[in-house]
Amino acid sequence: MHPGIIFFLVILGSVLFHIFTPWYWTDIASNWGGMDDTITLTFWIGGGVFVAVCLFMVYCVLKFSYKKDRKAEYKPEDKKLEKILTWATTLGVVALLAPGLVIWNQYVSVPKNAVEVDVMAWQWGWQYRLAGEDGKLGTTQVVNINDDNPFGINLDDPFGQDDIMIQSDVINLENNRPVKILLRSVDVLHNWYVPQFRSKMDAVPGIVTYYWFEPNKIGEYEVLCAEYCGVGHYAMRGGVEVQSKEDYDKWISEQETFSDLIAKQEKLELENKKIVKNNNFLLNKDIYKEE
Amino acid sequence: MSDEYENKTGYQAQSSESIASGSIGSGVASDSDYVRPAENAEQDLYHGHSFITKWVFCQDAKVIGVQYFLLATFTGVIGLVLSWLMRLQLGFPGAAGFMTAEHYYQFVTMHGMIMVVYFLTALFLGGFGNYLIPLMVGARDMVFPYLNMVSFWSFFVAVAVLLASFFVPGGPTGSGWTLYPPQAILEGTPGSGMGIILMCVSLILFVAGFTMGGLNYLITILQARTRGMTLMRMPLTVWGIFTATVLAMLAFPALLVGSLMMMLDKLLATSFFMPTILKAGEVLEYGGGSPILFQHLFWFFGHPEVYIVALPAFGIVSDLISVHSRKNIFGYRMMVWAIVGIGALSFFVWAHHMYVSGMNPWFGFFFATTTLIIAVPTAMKVYNWILTLWRGNIRLNVVMLWCLGFIVTFVNGGITGIFLGNVSVDVPLSDTYFVVAHFHMVMGIAPLMVIMGAVYHWFPLVAGRFLNETLGKWHFWLTFLGAYSIYFPMHYLGFIGVPRRYFEMYDSPYMTSAVGMNEFISTAAFIVGAAQFILIFNIIKTLKTGKPAGHNPWQANSLEWLTPSVPPEHGNWGEKLPVVHRWPYDFSVPGAKEDYITQTTPPSEVKDTAVEKT
Repeated sequence: MHPGIIFFLVILGSVLFHIFTPWYWTDIASNWGGMDDTITLTFWIGGGVFVAVCLFMVYCVLKFSYKKDRKAEYKPEDKKLEKILTWATTLGVVALLAPGLVIWNQYVSVPKNAVEVDVMAWQWGWQYRLAGEDGKLGTTQVVNINDDNPFGINLDDPFGQDDIMIQSDVINLENNRPVKILLRSVDVLHNWYVPQFRSKMDAVPGIVTYYWFEPNKIGEYEVLCAEYCGVGHYAMRGGVEVQSKEDYDKWISEQETFSDLIAKQEKLELENKKIVKNNNFLLNKDIYKEE
Repeated sequence: MSDEYENKTGYQAQSSESIASGSIGSGVASDSDYVRPAENAEQDLYHGHSFITKWVFCQDAKVIGVQYFLLATFTGVIGLVLSWLMRLQLGFPGAAGFMTAEHYYQFVTMHGMIMVVYFLTALFLGGFGNYLIPLMVGARDMVFPYLNMVSFWSFFVAVAVLLASFFVPGGPTGSGWTLYPPQAILEGTPGSGMGIILMCVSLILFVAGFTMGGLNYLITILQARTRGMTLMRMPLTVWGIFTATVLAMLAFPALLVGSLMMMLDKLLATSFFMPTILKAGEVLEYGGGSPILFQHLFWFFGHPEVYIVALPAFGIVSDLISVHSRKNIFGYRMMVWAIVGIGALSFFVWAHHMYVSGMNPWFGFFFATTTLIIAVPTAMKVYNWILTLWRGNIRLNVVMLWCLGFIVTFVNGGITGIFLGNVSVDVPLSDTYFVVAHFHMVMGIAPLMVIMGAVYHWFPLVAGRFLNETLGKWHFWLTFLGAYSIYFPMHYLGFIGVPRRYFEMYDSPYMTSAVGMNEFISTAAFIVGAAQFILIFNIIKTLKTGKPAGHNPWQANSLEWLTPSVPPEHGNWGEKLPVVHRWPYDFSVPGAKEDYITQTTPPSEVKDTAVEKT
């Protein structure tokens, strides 16, 4: 078979694969449809260029393959053609870049009414924190983290006391309400990624990073870690449950706040002390008895 | 001192004499044949006498080129085997019983680093650079032959250190080829002890060795070109290697300091890249450093690195297409400026690898714009390649097939680069298999196509014999069709959302749909890998029984084919250096007897042709 024909079949196969592929986007469940649209646009323009260039190549190969008595054209340059091609390419690039930048501008401008979610990552797991009634998250520090204070909230920060703590790798979100994901990590890089939401950002130890989206489809989604974080990377999964407002409000009212936790810890401690005291008393009694 | 001076004046006298005798000999009053006399004395070469000085610690750039080529290929084969093991796990999880997640990540890391740095970079610049630069610019050797030898042996030690990390406790580093701290030097990542240290040491050795070689390439091209070889008469291969070397000289220092700082963080507990970290309930002794700083350093090296591989490939493929289409490369000057422009721009795009890294998101606007600007000169190069084919007289031999394969894979990978460079499109696609597919297509397969084309093209020069065409065609079609069917469908895994660097996919619903595709990709990968052994067999067979090539078997114009002996000997040119009268692309000139006019042909010999002034 003539090589040109095989190359042609490769191009044709690529186009057909793209049209009939069963592997494509998961159904979008957030506001970032614009990203999908830009991808589609890039497919049209970029794919068009790919097909055009390759078909031109195939044509040349078929038409101008070696013949002993033919001489190739001698034409070192064609300024006009080169100019046209440069400008046409520039135009295509601008057509792709412009919508890309517009959407990026939306991506970095978080709506004011977004719910802030503190996503804390470590090797290898997630947990979440939401602002309490005061609507503000308390500040945190890695060095504060211990069993009594799993999120490392600064104890002297009044905003931290009513923070809602979700010590689970699944978080619930309210449908059709923008969410600002605040990412932090206590050890290495991670990335909180839900394919259906299209958006992602690395969690970087030492700083807080963010991104936002607005879930718009009720359902359960899987969270994947998208930045390599060591040997457990592939297993670092979590979950999101997008709920209607009623379900979400019900869920949130059942969650524990930081002050709840402190109170619980204190109660526990008190009980422990009582037990210890009691034990000592009994122990002492025993000792006295023996004497 | 005085000897040198005498030598110089003596040489100048001799060269002007030879011009005079030349014009008398041909009997033409040929002002047009005048070429400026040489400005520098000829180089004294050290000729090896023993086996060791001739073939081991050799100072002949051609031998060093072959040494680089062989060692890089050897390392590349290790990289290939590692990729097989990875694909085995991804396509058929659990099929290799010994494969743990630790192993998998170590193989991913070593495969990536080997292929990018120790295979592609070493092969293009160390291999082709050493062999071709002196020959193509008409020099007797590199300007610093001794340094050139040390360069290769530094590379040798770098490879030895790299491979030694397979045998240290904990094994090689498994931090991904990007070596991102903090995980690279913390427990929880395989090889976070000796592995990462040896990796850093090896990279430092590589950069040191490369700097010695790189200085050689640059100064040879700038200072040792033969008479008449102006910059704008150089083959594009030389332009590509030259620009890539400039990039390497500016980019590798960032990798060097990155490696050094990471070693300090690891060994002396400095905190360049290490913030306060809580590990297993304990706060580590680090604090205040920035992991993103490393990413900036790494990609300030890492992005130009892409072009360090791509630019020599661009240059070489331009020459191959031109020679085998029997047509001048279309728009030579545009091609040169595109190479230089891409090289310059490549230093302003690095953070497009970091759109979702947590750096200030406002950088996204700047880097998306610069990244997409680079698409323009790159597209011009593609147009000029296919326009070179237009109305050519195309020999559809194995060399040309590799070039055509390059065009298809490069355009494909270039277009997907526009997806990833366009910042908001990158958000859903980054860290998925789309990225893996993109960079393998554009900087793995496409440059590999060029390497293969170059091997089939220049083998008759290096060994004096043609490689077998039939075997070559099998090699090409298996590699091209196989590699394309690996990476083209892989993009769609990224659309589904499958993240890269996953040892196991588990059973997320949208991932299970990809099981069949993963099996297919792995099978194709085994075949493509195995197909490379056809080349090795072909080379062995050819060395014994191949068809002798003779002088200038492709009817090319550039100087490397015009040496008095084939293969060229040490010193390249025998008694007298060649004198250049034209660019290397005078193919099919109207009025000429043959369809090529070599660079050394003086105008008086081809008076009746319509050559454009170059």
